Amino acid sequence: MNWDWLPQYAPLLLHGIWLTIVLLVISCSFGMAFAIPIGLVQVTGPLPLAWLAKGFCTAIRGTPLLVQIWLLYYGLGSLFPSIPWIRDSFMWPVLREGFFYGVLALTISFAAYEGEIMRGGFMSVPKGELEAARAFGMSPFTILRRIWFPRAFRLVLPTLGGEVIGQLKATPLVATITIMEVFGVGSKIRQDTYHVYEPLLLVALIYVCLTFVITRIFLWIERQVPQKR
Amino acid sequence: MAKANGNGQPAVIVEDLHKSFGELEVLRGVSLTAHEGDVVSIIGASGSGKSTLLRCINFLESPTRGRITVTGEEVAVKTGHDGNLHPSDRRQLERIRTRLGMVFQSFNLWPHMTVLGNVIEVPVHVLKVPKAEAIERAEKLLQKVGLHEKKDQYPAFLSGGQQQRAAIARALAMEPKVMLFDEPTSALDPELVGEVLKVIRDLADEGRTMILVTHEMAFAREVSSHVMFLYKGLVEEEGPPAQVFGSPKSERFRQFVKNIK
Repeated sequence: MNWDWLPQYAPLLLHGIWLTIVLLVISCSFGMAFAIPIGLVQVTGPLPLAWLAKGFCTAIRGTPLLVQIWLLYYGLGSLFPSIPWIRDSFMWPVLREGFFYGVLALTISFAAYEGEIMRGGFMSVPKGELEAARAFGMSPFTILRRIWFPRAFRLVLPTLGGEVIGQLKATPLVATITIMEVFGVGSKIRQDTYHVYEPLLLVALIYVCLTFVITRIFLWIERQVPQKR
Repeated sequence: MAKANGNGQPAVIVEDLHKSFGELEVLRGVSLTAHEGDVVSIIGASGSGKSTLLRCINFLESPTRGRITVTGEEVAVKTGHDGNLHPSDRRQLERIRTRLGMVFQSFNLWPHMTVLGNVIEVPVHVLKVPKAEAIERAEKLLQKVGLHEKKDQYPAFLSGGQQQRAAIARALAMEPKVMLFDEPTSALDPELVGEVLKVIRDLADEGRTMILVTHEMAFAREVSSHVMFLYKGLVEEEGPPAQVFGSPKSERFRQFVKNIK
């Protein structure tokens, strides 16, 4: 084994880890923000919105993430420069970068998977608890904010932890569109140094460590409300 | 300790209530008046419509026909696509519901909040009572139902009887005009029934207006000012408990009481 290259590539690796974390945090946060209404309308209606949400989840979950990333990057990414007002807009520096399309694809994907999970969560909250809230004069929004969503969220938490870990391991796909997150850095090291296994082993180890951190975070959140099992 | 009937203003008036679930007619024209200070017990076999009647009072169930008036205010309704009456003014219904403290057969506490959290939830987030004041009142109520030492526990860690007492404290925290009890002891182990009935009896002694659906005949006889026996969606027998239990006119009611004992 040869690790001589490590000091030289350490800064790049650290930056790669940072990018991976940023990709994960942004796509999970925004994805979750969309997943909540996507799950909710499938339970409450109105019917056209429920169909729309269902269709979105089916389409996104039914196609490979890599295809979505490439469609966005090579499709939208080549369409945008040909539209003058987009080229001239203040968003152009962002829209020019692969990073934007990577985050977009990961967010859409997370929203679709978690939308389905939130649907299940909302449905699993016992009817009686919502009925009690209604009987005490809570408005629909207060019920959602104080009872329904917090309950649904706690029910899906254990699943959600797994989903975030899954999302972490979906992030290397964006290395294919020029984003130098940790896997991308590993590939660069391989190409530069012709060492194949050492960079791959290191990358694998980094993912294990990140997974461990995510597991601990979710364990901590779950402990906030004691559950009797 | 039966009390005098009709010693105050009408708190709840139910007029000619009908409710159908599809083909099944559960209520076929029931009327009921609870004056302030009344304890009205609704008894009857399962399927007689007694729980449905109670649940129609705060529109957890949409009646098919009839009128509900709470503390002088009639619930505004419109006929929906399903042929049932639905509230036409959501805010009015929400306001009226805060005057009706409901206690459920299955407690329905919110498991993600502590006992204290459950009790202050509605005062703080619906009635907009300042939190400190709500907590102070909640602690008194929990003292009253004998659960003060459990206030920081989560519902899952309480016994059924304790959960139901917490649910009663939660309903009382809204300072409702009327308490609605929907078979409050039916889901409890026999040895836990007593502690809940004691709390309800204390409330009756305080002069609280209550409508109670129950299977506890002896208890209904003891605390009620008015007893109503439902049979297949109609009032079969009603009156002061002494009269209803002492000299019932209905053969079905006699049969019902005999079967219970």
